[in-house]
Amino acid sequence: MLSTSVAGLALASPTMLASGILGYSAESLNRVARAGAGSVVSKSIGVEPRFGYPNPTVVQAEAGLINAVGLPNPGIDLYSEEIKFAKIILKIPLIVSIFGYSADEYATVAKKAVGAGADAVELNVSCPHVQFTGSEIGQNPKLLTEVVEGVKAVVNKPLIVKLSPNVTDIAVTAKAAVKAGADALTAVNTLKALAIDPETMRPILSNIKGGLSGPAIKPVALRAVYDIREELPDVPIIGCGGVMDWQDAVQFFLAGASAVQVGTAVAFDDLEVFASINKGVENYVRKKHYGSVKEIVNLAHRS
Amino acid sequence: MSTSLIAANTLRTTEIVQIRTDSPSVKTFAIVDRLCAKAKPGQFLMLWIPGIDEIPLSIMDVNNGVVSVSVKQVGDATRHLHDMAAGQTVGVRGPFGNSFTESRGRVLLVGGGTGTAPLMFLAKQLSAKTERLSFVEGAKTKDELLFIRELNGICNEKSLITTTEDGTYGLQCMVTQPLASLLDKEKFDMIYTCGPEVMVKKIFELTEQRKLPLEASLERLMRCGIGLCGSCVIGKYRVCRDGPVFTAAQLREVQEELGISKLGFDGSRIPF
Repeated sequence: MLSTSVAGLALASPTMLASGILGYSAESLNRVARAGAGSVVSKSIGVEPRFGYPNPTVVQAEAGLINAVGLPNPGIDLYSEEIKFAKIILKIPLIVSIFGYSADEYATVAKKAVGAGADAVELNVSCPHVQFTGSEIGQNPKLLTEVVEGVKAVVNKPLIVKLSPNVTDIAVTAKAAVKAGADALTAVNTLKALAIDPETMRPILSNIKGGLSGPAIKPVALRAVYDIREELPDVPIIGCGGVMDWQDAVQFFLAGASAVQVGTAVAFDDLEVFASINKGVENYVRKKHYGSVKEIVNLAHRS
Repeated sequence: MSTSLIAANTLRTTEIVQIRTDSPSVKTFAIVDRLCAKAKPGQFLMLWIPGIDEIPLSIMDVNNGVVSVSVKQVGDATRHLHDMAAGQTVGVRGPFGNSFTESRGRVLLVGGGTGTAPLMFLAKQLSAKTERLSFVEGAKTKDELLFIRELNGICNEKSLITTTEDGTYGLQCMVTQPLASLLDKEKFDMIYTCGPEVMVKKIFELTEQRKLPLEASLERLMRCGIGLCGSCVIGKYRVCRDGPVFTAAQLREVQEELGISKLGFDGSRIPF
């Protein structure tokens, strides 16, 4: 009923842990797996260790969170040990999120991640708050093509590209990614945002700007998934952005997503959110007389 | 979606109403905040020092809407905070995390350094309810022993043991030293502790050998405070969300890390 697949990855449930949430240690990832996630995505890993930004790195907005944590990570060489350990204890696919400052760096990290046992890689070409990487690559179809082609040439595992919503037309970057070799797309990363404290008259985040997640961006993310599906009938899509409950998840499936990633909801409903979304989706699929969650994907495009 | 968590996580700016110097390195800051004034002993808040940093702090006391936190000067953020004056503005989020359980009967509290702060809050709440409250407090020197006068008011003379590493006050030893004999001599229904993780580990070993119940408040590098970023994990637990108070049973599950290693700012494991 809940099992599905994305670009050849078999998932026992269609909910995944979004990148950036927990994801340093194998034990944390395993706890998310046991909570019901069908797959987990690691923190974004680069070539070298990175300390990230000083606090405040997360700020509450009207209907979501704005974060600029700054891609802290121990670097792929150290993280490879964590991937190896995770592969021993995890019973679900492990997707390693990757970032770099050039096509070469993305390829280097991807190759090492797969070498250590990653079941797939997700390219972070959409982080809105670190210079010279993330969305600065993903917003530029030429750079995006170079990065995706570079990674595709060196890995034999599913290649997922996580897209930025901070573009004029997401179908353009989606098409560029798929043409360059992406096996699946995650739509979307956070929406670039700002919070100012009136009393002290300052931006709150130490990095000033960050990425907005949560309920505030769900309709935007849903539209992005729908737009990509209209242009690309076959590419597997993972919906991401403000999935807080099973109703949100179902909407993403109907719009064209085969699975959803959950992040911000962990802050407000804790890890139980995975089991609760799974249960709600299962009840919905049954109530609508379908045999599997796979059968409801794309159904909003019928008319 | 939990509306109470959204309210707690929303940044409030407020004035520092009072600053008290407790030791050469520790000051206690009092701020007005309705939400944090409802905190329970063991919970923490995130304090924003505008333009500098935002740091996790255990709540030391709540009183009529006023919240107190005791802060040791250890780095850049705490140095800036120590330089601030009453009337200046800070930001606050919280309260976050779980709290100590309220045990009846005979209880023992063991505090090391500023780890004494959340235990002060707990001691005040428990003193009227417990049969007997004993406190062991340790610090490097006499000057750094916190809240001795208040603790003398809560405990009687016999049930307050103080230790200093240099012997300038109380027993000259580590705070863990007098514990073994105390635990053998007296019967306790609950032991609470907070302090450096290496100290917590030693106390955990002592209570485990004697099969005694323990609740320990841990401190780790924290960023989000709401269980998302993973900076403060120990084993499968997040100190900010699953803790900061952990039971003996939970500590058993994270023995490989307790007092041995923690995550650094880049997520790599660094030894204590």
